[in-house]
This record gives sequence, structure tokens and C-alpha cells, in this order.
Amino acid sequence: MNGKKNKYWLDSSSNVRKLVYGLYALCAALMLLDFFYHKHIYFPFENWFGFFAWFGFIACVILVLLAKQMRKVVKRNEDYYGDH
Amino acid sequence: MITDLNPALILILGALLIPALKASLRTTYVLLLPVLSFLQLYPLPAGSRTEVEVLGMLLSTLHLDKLSFMFAVIFHIAAFILMLYSLHSRDRLQQMVSLVYAGCALGVVLAGDLVTLFIYWEAAAISSVFLIWARRTQASYRAGMRYLIVQVISGLLLLSGIILHARASGSIELTQLDLGTAGGLLIFLAFGIKCAFPLLHNWLVDAYPQATVTGTVVLSAFTTKMAVYALATTFYGAEILIWIGLLMAAFPIFYAVIENDLRRVLTYSMINQLGFMVVGIGIGTELALNGTAAHAFADILFKGLLFMSMGAVLLRTGRINGSDLGGLYKSMPYTTVFCVIGAASISAFPLFSAFVTKSMIMEAAGLEGYTFTWLVLLFASAGVFHHAGIKIPYFAFFAHDSGIRCKEAPTSMLVAMAVAATFSMCIGIFPQTLYALLPYQTDYQPYTTTHVITQLQLLFFSALAFTWLVRQGLYPPELRSVNLDADWLYRKPGRWLAQYAVRAVVASEQQVIVWVKRLSFDVGVRLHRHHGPQGLLARTWPTGSMVLWVAFLLGIYLIFYYVY
Repeated sequence: MNGKKNKYWLDSSSNVRKLVYGLYALCAALMLLDFFYHKHIYFPFENWFGFFAWFGFIACVILVLLAKQMRKVVKRNEDYYGDH
Repeated sequence: MITDLNPALILILGALLIPALKASLRTTYVLLLPVLSFLQLYPLPAGSRTEVEVLGMLLSTLHLDKLSFMFAVIFHIAAFILMLYSLHSRDRLQQMVSLVYAGCALGVVLAGDLVTLFIYWEAAAISSVFLIWARRTQASYRAGMRYLIVQVISGLLLLSGIILHARASGSIELTQLDLGTAGGLLIFLAFGIKCAFPLLHNWLVDAYPQATVTGTVVLSAFTTKMAVYALATTFYGAEILIWIGLLMAAFPIFYAVIENDLRRVLTYSMINQLGFMVVGIGIGTELALNGTAAHAFADILFKGLLFMSMGAVLLRTGRINGSDLGGLYKSMPYTTVFCVIGAASISAFPLFSAFVTKSMIMEAAGLEGYTFTWLVLLFASAGVFHHAGIKIPYFAFFAHDSGIRCKEAPTSMLVAMAVAATFSMCIGIFPQTLYALLPYQTDYQPYTTTHVITQLQLLFFSALAFTWLVRQGLYPPELRSVNLDADWLYRKPGRWLAQYAVRAVVASEQQVIVWVKRLSFDVGVRLHRHHGPQGLLARTWPTGSMVLWVAFLLGIYLIFYYVY
């Protein structure tokens, strides 16, 4: 098994780290792009610097953290209804 | 092309022959049927109408306008892809039921009046339940029963609504209806159940994940989309739909984050996408309705693709819980690629379908100045990428290696996924081809600098949030569990109450007999008063109200059936 362990590119944690850094770099680049074009907008707040970037990040963090809290109320055992 | 033959009947009647065919012939036959039906549909001129007189009513069994044509086209494409996908299975009954169900859904979108719509509506409900029962487990049997009851209630509401509407307006034409009338409201609720409105949605989340590998994919294509069509035809511009749609777009994504069964995650994301369509119907402008139609078209393909990839995983590994899966890209590389294409399409990446179709609805909201609506939809867009775009492929194919090694999906399944993936990308790359089918003319430009960059910012920063949460250990782990949802009301307290009521009635049977004897004399006197020669109830009653009472009794009967 040991010989096969690193058969796939993603099995190596240094490669995963490369991907993550790649994502950071891409995000930074996308954010900076906001300096270089004229936005066509419907609402004034869209003109805030990196509005869509901030919105996407914060929306997802709130979504996940709230959903995690929701588990306290709605989570039950798998056989709760007796037919699973 | 045969004059006056409804394409829906080709599918329905043609499907009935399937069980009688030999395996070698069946493969060709099931693929040919949707093609034949399409060839029957395609040459029909816009505005063509077929009318039949039944029991003194003039029914338009087929009325073709641009919207119904568009839905009919995508239903054919879906039926063809689904048949491809089902070829690996030897279950002929499932193939038959799938095509009958597809034909009924086609009948709904082609119907020119409410009565024809109702007939196909009910037939679709009844035929579809067999796709759940075909899993042949106790859990799927019970889920199918609950599903059927909800579907039949939708049918009863629809029937009652149609009767009231017809009596009030004297017309059964399929046209814009008024929510302010009793008939209109009942019809609205009937459509709302099938469209998975908030609190009426649970049949979908409950039953779809219990269906077979192919069954879930088939179910995902038709029922909810015919409801979208029905709402778009009758209640466009009804402002309440904006609010309902927003709830649908925003709320289910929280459940999707903590749900473990990956096919159930997809049902939550289905409601989220339906939310966008319902908002579009509520806005009701030409651009919004175009967006709704286009997004329904695209959704059938990419949601079908995602369900197909999860079906392949279930078929090969026998598991579908995120907590059991991971690392499958090593065993199922093609399925992984197709799943990622489906994920990119639903997330609205540039070059993929929803980048064009969902944006039309967003743009319509922006142009009308609906700030709050637009913001909620933007939140839902980030959320959909998070749970359907990342979570589904990540937990099934990547994440930690579960150690499962299995075969790649069967070739027929891969071909079906390839076709759906190709369509999804074609819509994204060549939107003009889709525009030709839309109900209204449009020159909407999705590929502007602003749109491409802002969308990429939204998506990549959502991905960044996911990465950060996972690496910080903040992301909720996949756990074996069920999450309470609105179905709790009828699966727990509703059930206790009904059982209690039935037991109470049985226990007091003796007492009741005494009462009955004592009362019977009284009743005789009253009966004479009401039903005698001068009696109020001795008058003739319109058939309509009789049907209404029969519908009511059927409903009661169903509830009792469920309890036992």
C-alpha cells in the first residue's frame, strides 16, 4: 500500500497547499481587478470596493455558522422516524 | 407527423408496450419513443390547438404557445437523457413508468384548459410514485405513501379550485387567474404544493431521496417544472410570489449545509433554484419570465446531471451519505468531471448555463429596483455555490479518502451525463440558441466585463470562505442524522393526533350505537322535514358541488388510510 500512497497528485498535502495558495492568489487578483474597470450597476452599494467579494465571503461564513447552530435544534438520530 | 395526435399520448401509450418487449429491442425502443414524440411536436405551428368534446365540455387537449413549446422541448430532451441513463437497469417497469410520467408532464404543459391540465396533473402524480416504490424498501414504501397523499391533496385542491373558478367565471380556459377569488386561491395552493412552496415543500425533500437510482433523476425533471410552467401561465406578476420565491431561495440552503444524504442536499438545492424561478414569475416582466423559462430549462439539465452523478455513486458504492464517501475521483474519474460540470453550471460560472439564465432573473430584479429581493438572491447565489457547487463534489469525490474503490459508472450512464453536460455548456457558451426558444424576444447580454468579474469575485470568495472554514475546523462535519423539517408536523404530532382520534372512535363504539338508536327516531322526523316533498335538500344539486364533496371525502379517506 505504501508504494501506492502518493499515486494521485492530490494525495500529497504539499500539492493541496499549492491549490489553496493558488486560490488565495486568484482571490487577491480578482479583488484588485476592481481598480481597472467601470462597473455597470443597478444599486449604489455595488460600487463599494470589492462588494461582491466581501458579500460572497461573509454570506458563506454566516450561512455555515448559522446552519451549525441550527443543528442544535433540528438534529435527531437517524432512526428518529422509525423507518430509516 | 400524424394529424391531431397529441405527442404526450405517443409517450404514454407507447410506454405501455415496454414490458412486452425483448431486452434487445427495448433499448432501441425506449430511446426512439421520445424522438418520435418530438417529431410529432416539432412541426406543429405556434398557436395550434386541438379540441375534443367530452361530456358536453370543450377541452383543448393541446394548445401550443412559445412557453409551452419551450417546456415541451426540454421535457423531450430530459426524457431522452433519462432513458439513456436507465439502460443499465433491467427494471422494465421503471422504464415504462418513467415514460408514462414524462408523457403526463408533457400533457400538462401542452394542455389548453384547466380540466385537461388537471387530468394529466393527477396522472403524473400517480405514475410518479412507482419510481419511489421501485426501490422496494420499507422506508421507500412509506415515503411513497406520504408522497402520494400530498400529491393527491394537490390534485383535490386543483379540482375544487377549477370547479369554483368555472362556476364563478363560466370558463375553464388556461389563462391568468385572480388570487382574490376562492377558485384562484385553491388552484394557487395546488400549484404551490407541487412547486414546493415553504411549508408545503416537504414531500419533495422526504420522498425524492428514497427513490431508485434513476427514479430520483426522473422525478427531479418533471413535477416541479410543470408546476413552474403552470404558475407562469396563470399567476405571473402576482407580487406574493416574489416573497414566496425569496423564502424558497434562501431558507433551504441552511438545511443543505447540514444534511448528510447527498441526494437530499440536492433536493434542498432544487427548492433553492425553484425559488429563483418563482421570484421571476412574481416580478412578471418579459425579462423576468424569460429568465424563469430559461432557468427552468437549464435547471432540468444541470440538476439532472448532479442527480445522475450521485445516482452513479449510489449504484457503484451502495452509499450516498457524505459521512461514508470521499476520494471517489480515483475510482470514478469521468463521473467526477461530469459532477463538477453540473456544479459549475448550477453555481453560474461564466461559460456554464446558469450564468446566463439565473442572471436574467437577477437583472430583472435589478431593473425593477427591487433592492431587498436582489440582495437575497445574491445571498442565495453564493449559498448555492457553497452547498451544491462545492459540498456535493467535495464530499463525494474528494475530502478524506474513504478507502472505497469501485468501478466507474456504466457506459450508458456516462453517455447520459455527457449529453446533459454538453447541453449545460452550450447554453453557457452560445446563449443565442436558447434565446430562440424563449417566450419573449431578448437581446440580453450576459458576457459584460462587470458581470463576469463580479460573478467570479462572488464565487471565488465563497470558495475562499469554504476553504477557510474547513481548514479552521469550523465547517460542520457530515454526521449520520435526520434534520427536523416541516414534515415533522404530520409525521409526529399529526400522526399521534390521528391515531388518538381513531382509537377514541373505536373505543366509544358501544356508546355510539346507543346514541344512534336514540337519535334515529329524531332523524326520521328531520329527514322528512328536509327531504320530504317540501324539503330544502330534496332539490336537485349541481354536479359541481357533488364533485366537491366527493373530493373532500376522498381527502378524509386518504388521511385515514395513512394513519393505518
